[in-house]
Amino acid sequence: MPAVQETVDQVRRIDVDQYKYGFETTISSEKAPKGLSEDTVRFISAKKDEPAWMLEWRLDAYRRWLTMREPQWARVKYGPIDYQDAYYYSAPTNFKAPKSLDDIDPEILKTYEKLGIPLREREALLGIVREPVEGEEGEAPRNRVAVDAVFDSVSVATTFKEELKRAGVIFMPISEALREHPELVRKYLGTVVPVSDNFFATLNAAVFSDGSFVYVPPGVRCPMELSTYFRINEKNTGQFERTLIIADKGAYVSYLEGCTAPTRDENQLHAAVVELIALDDAEIKYSTIQNWYPGDANGKGGVYNFVTKRGDCRGANSKISWTQLETGSAITWKYPSCILRGDGSRGEFYSIAISNGHQQVDSGTKMLHLGKNTTSRIISKGIAAGHSQNTYRGLVSSHRKAKGARNFTNCDSLLIGNKCGAHTVPYIEAKNSSTVFEHEATTSKISEDMLFYCRQRGLTAEEATALVVNGFVKDVLQQLPMEFAVEAQKLISVSLEGSVG
Amino acid sequence: MSLLEIKNLHVEIDGKKILNGLDLTVNAGEVHAIMGPNGSGKSTLAYVLAGKADYEVTDGQVLFDGEDVLAMEPDERAAKGVFLAFQYPIEIPGVATMTFLRTALNAQRKKRGEAELTTPEFMKRVREASGKLSISQDMLRRAVNVGFSGGEKKRNEILQMALLEPRLAVLDETDSGLDIDALKIVADGVNRLRSPERATIVITHYQRLLDYIVPDIVHVLSKGRIVKTGGKELALELEASGYAQFQEAPVAAE
Repeated sequence: MPAVQETVDQVRRIDVDQYKYGFETTISSEKAPKGLSEDTVRFISAKKDEPAWMLEWRLDAYRRWLTMREPQWARVKYGPIDYQDAYYYSAPTNFKAPKSLDDIDPEILKTYEKLGIPLREREALLGIVREPVEGEEGEAPRNRVAVDAVFDSVSVATTFKEELKRAGVIFMPISEALREHPELVRKYLGTVVPVSDNFFATLNAAVFSDGSFVYVPPGVRCPMELSTYFRINEKNTGQFERTLIIADKGAYVSYLEGCTAPTRDENQLHAAVVELIALDDAEIKYSTIQNWYPGDANGKGGVYNFVTKRGDCRGANSKISWTQLETGSAITWKYPSCILRGDGSRGEFYSIAISNGHQQVDSGTKMLHLGKNTTSRIISKGIAAGHSQNTYRGLVSSHRKAKGARNFTNCDSLLIGNKCGAHTVPYIEAKNSSTVFEHEATTSKISEDMLFYCRQRGLTAEEATALVVNGFVKDVLQQLPMEFAVEAQKLISVSLEGSVG
Repeated sequence: MSLLEIKNLHVEIDGKKILNGLDLTVNAGEVHAIMGPNGSGKSTLAYVLAGKADYEVTDGQVLFDGEDVLAMEPDERAAKGVFLAFQYPIEIPGVATMTFLRTALNAQRKKRGEAELTTPEFMKRVREASGKLSISQDMLRRAVNVGFSGGEKKRNEILQMALLEPRLAVLDETDSGLDIDALKIVADGVNRLRSPERATIVITHYQRLLDYIVPDIVHVLSKGRIVKTGGKELALELEASGYAQFQEAPVAAE
């Protein structure tokens, strides 16, 4: 049987139900009444004990949202979403901000343990580093990661808070930051992604329930990796988290988010907003490992991932770097972008997007060069298998005043099987003559010769595919924080299971 | 029982007949040379043994250790001990040679129900094997065959063979593109693996390689069949007289 036919047959038998994070946690929860109205918004705001200005901000967003329409330009297809048929707030019952990890429902802790997230500081420390001695300063060892865990609509635990505090770093749920540091939140919230930026961002502004807040003061290098894990557990529940990260002058922070959800027949909505602000000479590195439930073999169920992520290089010589590994979600609509406002600022986007089964990915970036001598780099690796559609959509533009702007873009797509599609849609706008933009793109099919070579050495078809794909994405994998690189590599293998013959 | 038994093998690719009733028996401990002009089916035989897709076996049988090889996936054959040194080794961008070696070795061990090698044990074996083949550590860090010279690629094939310790190694024109020094290094590598349990099939155009890897049996392949079999002196004879005498050899009636 010719190889191509074999591959096609395998693809037909494809089963993406191997999603190993598809379990559900049984805990009782408190939800807002189903549906979306001003009352829902007020309910959420009241639950969070928010200041009055915040409620007004939300209500304003809600009213604007009512006048907006879902964007239709992306290369994704899905049925109409009934926004009244979902819960916008779900919290474990009797949820109070935990004083310590012991206050958290053991069921939730178990969930995070199953996901392999080192939530318990003790475990995170075990065998890796010694317990820090109280009051002792010193360089933080590697391999330590402070985690903020978000379960449905609320943050359940944040680790290493004390130690971060000593360094002056604020890392807490945004709901808590609204109470403890309202002036900081108010100063920056919505300044990168305005309230009415787009349909999903506006919806998020109205109903976001939690997320992470990070502030790194001037000159401080955050002593450890920061990380948030998002988990949608409840049925019919949307997750709308909002993350706000500020690196003040000369500060540095590296942040990673991870996401999973149980296996569900119906589609779950995830509409997050992430805002990054880098002031003069500051640097933010933001990494995502997105592994929401992708739906079953027939394309039933799965998370709709409509996310707005944007970084503002507000200060001179600041730098923002996005790295993403996208393997999950039925639909991904996501364009982590950089506004290169400060002179000499730099934006980076490193992306691996893998689609299998019936997944649809429309993802890319925008690099908006406004300041002088701003530079940006885009490396995108798209891998399409099964019946999936994988689109890179990107905009690189330079403003009239952005003298000496430079961009380098490289988009490579790899096709596995012949029922999938890879598409590249680059927009390039240079409005001054000193701009230099470079764009390279390739699309290739996974080479049967490469696979055969690997198989002759003893690798199964799947192992061979995973190895070849890992090689294909290596440039981007190297950008992930070391602590997560191994996890990422495994995830790539898992997402490609059943994709070849 | 013979290690490899090929009976009346008929193979087509895209409807074109390449092998026409090939018979070949290889016993453990033997080194066979298969010689023949271009287009006689030498590489096809190598690929069919390894299980490359696109080749359609229309008749015949291939037994390895008494088992039907043709029914096995390529990786199963590899785990059973069938190794093919490629005429044109494939490049795998982004995958370090070291990673590739380790993945391959452990994949085979896993299939055979053996434990994976520890890192120190693996490193020891690689260092040993690569040293003998004059392969530098730098080469092991580079992506598989990417930017390798012709000679480096061939040595890399022999390195893989040395680590995987196959029971049947098929060398498909491993001598092509090698200078005399590289040829000796490669031949030494092959000779080190000679043992009463293993067998080697050396596919080549030229007698030259056989000065260094001395075969027990030499076959002449023409138009998809073995047309003559003899001792190592047959290779010398061919070197003198060429293949022309076999080109007109009658093909058995279909």
